[in-house]
Amino acid sequence: MLIRSRFCPKSIDRTQITPPIHHPEDPMPKYGHADTDSRKMNEPAPPHRTVIEPHTGWKLINWRELREYKDLFLFLIWRNIKVRYAQSAIGIGWAVVQPVATMIVFTIIFGRLMGVESDGAPYAVFAFVALVPWTYFSNCLTDGTASMITNAQIISKIYFPRLILPMAIIGARLVDFLIAFVILCLLLAAYRIMPTSDVLFLPLLVLIMTLSAAGLGLWLTALAIQYRDINYGMSFGVQLLMYAAPVVYPASAIPEAYRLLYALNPMVGVIEGFRAALLGTRALPWDFILIGLTTSVLMFISGVMYFRRKEHVFADVA
Amino acid sequence: MKDIVIKIEGLSKAYRLGSQAERPETLVQATTALIKAPLKNLRRLRRLDTFTTDNTSDDILWALKDINLEVQSGEVIGFVGRNGAGKSTLLKILSRITDPTRGRIEIHGRVSSLLEVGTGFHPELTGRENIYMNGTILGMKKREIDEKFEQIVDFSGVSRFLDTPVKRYSSGMKVRLAFSVAAHLEPEILIIDEVLAVGDAEFQRKCLGKMQDVAGSGRTVLFVSHNMAAVQNLCSRAIALRNGELIDEGNTKEVIGRYLSSLMSSSANAFSNENTERQQSGPLRLTSGYLLNGQGSRTESLIAGESATLCFEYDSSENLDDLSLTFTIYNDTGTAITSVSTGLKNFSIRQTGTQGILSCHIPRCPLPLGEYRVAIRVASHGRALDQIGNALRFTVEDSVFFGTTKVPDRQYCTVYIDHEWNLKKTILKKHPNPQYQPHKNPS
Repeated sequence: MLIRSRFCPKSIDRTQITPPIHHPEDPMPKYGHADTDSRKMNEPAPPHRTVIEPHTGWKLINWRELREYKDLFLFLIWRNIKVRYAQSAIGIGWAVVQPVATMIVFTIIFGRLMGVESDGAPYAVFAFVALVPWTYFSNCLTDGTASMITNAQIISKIYFPRLILPMAIIGARLVDFLIAFVILCLLLAAYRIMPTSDVLFLPLLVLIMTLSAAGLGLWLTALAIQYRDINYGMSFGVQLLMYAAPVVYPASAIPEAYRLLYALNPMVGVIEGFRAALLGTRALPWDFILIGLTTSVLMFISGVMYFRRKEHVFADVA
Repeated sequence: MKDIVIKIEGLSKAYRLGSQAERPETLVQATTALIKAPLKNLRRLRRLDTFTTDNTSDDILWALKDINLEVQSGEVIGFVGRNGAGKSTLLKILSRITDPTRGRIEIHGRVSSLLEVGTGFHPELTGRENIYMNGTILGMKKREIDEKFEQIVDFSGVSRFLDTPVKRYSSGMKVRLAFSVAAHLEPEILIIDEVLAVGDAEFQRKCLGKMQDVAGSGRTVLFVSHNMAAVQNLCSRAIALRNGELIDEGNTKEVIGRYLSSLMSSSANAFSNENTERQQSGPLRLTSGYLLNGQGSRTESLIAGESATLCFEYDSSENLDDLSLTFTIYNDTGTAITSVSTGLKNFSIRQTGTQGILSCHIPRCPLPLGEYRVAIRVASHGRALDQIGNALRFTVEDSVFFGTTKVPDRQYCTVYIDHEWNLKKTILKKHPNPQYQPHKNPS
């Protein structure tokens, strides 16, 4: 009744049914500070203090703030996975189809028709071992750049640490990666290939893979929101980039003199490392891995800094 | 002495407008422009985010100019002002969505902002999932949502459809669910923009009630709305903005009164270029507007039930092949009474010529006694050429609408409608069916 009479201040309701509640000449005595005193006075002062100023300079990750939004981060990961495969018949099976189909095509074209060298391993496994991390990497980049634009509406309506959006993609794609990895294990079993003891270093390789996907992803995401060209160029750029990594050919095909330069691409170390650990085609390429680790860390830090510098204008330019 | 929870000092915000494209005139110019275009675009895109603070070039719009404000704990403040006055920009800066260009804000306390209901709703997710998604985006923890889940669902009234994807919801259901999530936020400072403009009347009442609870519970609320009644009911203090400047603040009732009368009274030279309520760009401009009464003479006062004609004169530097005009009539509480447009009756203007008078005849004026303001907008191919928020004002002084001199009480009416009364007497008689005994006692 109260609500109603407030909304139509001159309605019959008020004069006849709820007259004692308010005087017509003074429509707002109850609201405002009146009840403040009834609040617990011994409550400590609000711990949150926010200062809003024009932003300048470079910043790294604000971990405290990210922790506040941990639940959002997890829900976004979960949403990304769920939404991506919503209303599709094989659902998460797409995480398998993509690398498997690519593997089949590559095996036919590069393995059979062109006879590309595969360091002694069956070409199908040789290609699939590379495709699992590469698919992760390329999907992170394409999803990441698209994420800011598909989420432009949210960005312009509410604040949360913007880093969460691309990071949730990196996280969500890890689930696809794991599924594809399980398929990889099955494939290895089918070919009766025993991994070497170097599998112990796989977590390090996965870390490099994640860091470089995140680092490059952050750069491209921050750029894409202002320059849509990044978005348009992304799908074919990623395709081209694949040839800069030893996905369809072994790294040994690169002339010796250029190998260290080549290893600046962190995915070179990751892919060759995967092959070394799982197929035993070679010894673990520590030179590639260490160079890759360095570039991926640098890419990640610079990516975060660039992203953080640009995030304040996302809402204006999106 | 209350604590100051929000302190705004010298806040300004500049936006860069898209500068007008230069049209090439020759093939050579066109070709060079085509070659230079990527470079020029790059420069333009780069400049989107860089402001040198002393930049005064004309493609910069100051959405906010030097705002200073202190908000005390527990205050409920309403922001009023016309579209483009800077209200939403201010709320966006306060909710950290966008950065100020200059100035500083200090906020003590946890802030939640609702600039839209249902931010982050995803059509593919179910109602249940969206409650969590939306809740966490608004800054709630999963645990908090778990605790309030039942209440949220009850409040929304969509419990039956909780596991249906939201894309199958009606728009009303979506809004109800979204508002329910928002309504269960428990921030110390709440920032709300126009969220009441959604949902059906009953739900709006529910929302207002919820907002009163929030306001009454000692929280600080900043509220932007075009609904003056809502601002007046909810807010203890009001702030009026115009063109990015804070022009008035104080007691809600007084501020709203002054704001509305400024809208009503500034029509004197509405068609001059200095009119701040005018946005004119393009080849066609309105030069004057006036009202004719039933006798065909210019007037500023009408009689309800008699005919009236609104006339708008224009000058155009080009002979445009498409023109549409819309005008909206507002009453003295700022409520839009009705809107009339050339498009409504498929009246199309294919040749404007360089001058003309466009008139709209209203055979029986249905407006109750009172003061009115008319806002107009002319557009060509969907592009606004001239807009004047306070083009005309007039009063309705008398009524012959109902064929009598009587009128309904102003408190209960914003428009008159034609009607006829009828009474058909039916004789009360015994019901033909003897089994039918409506008043039989259940014994």
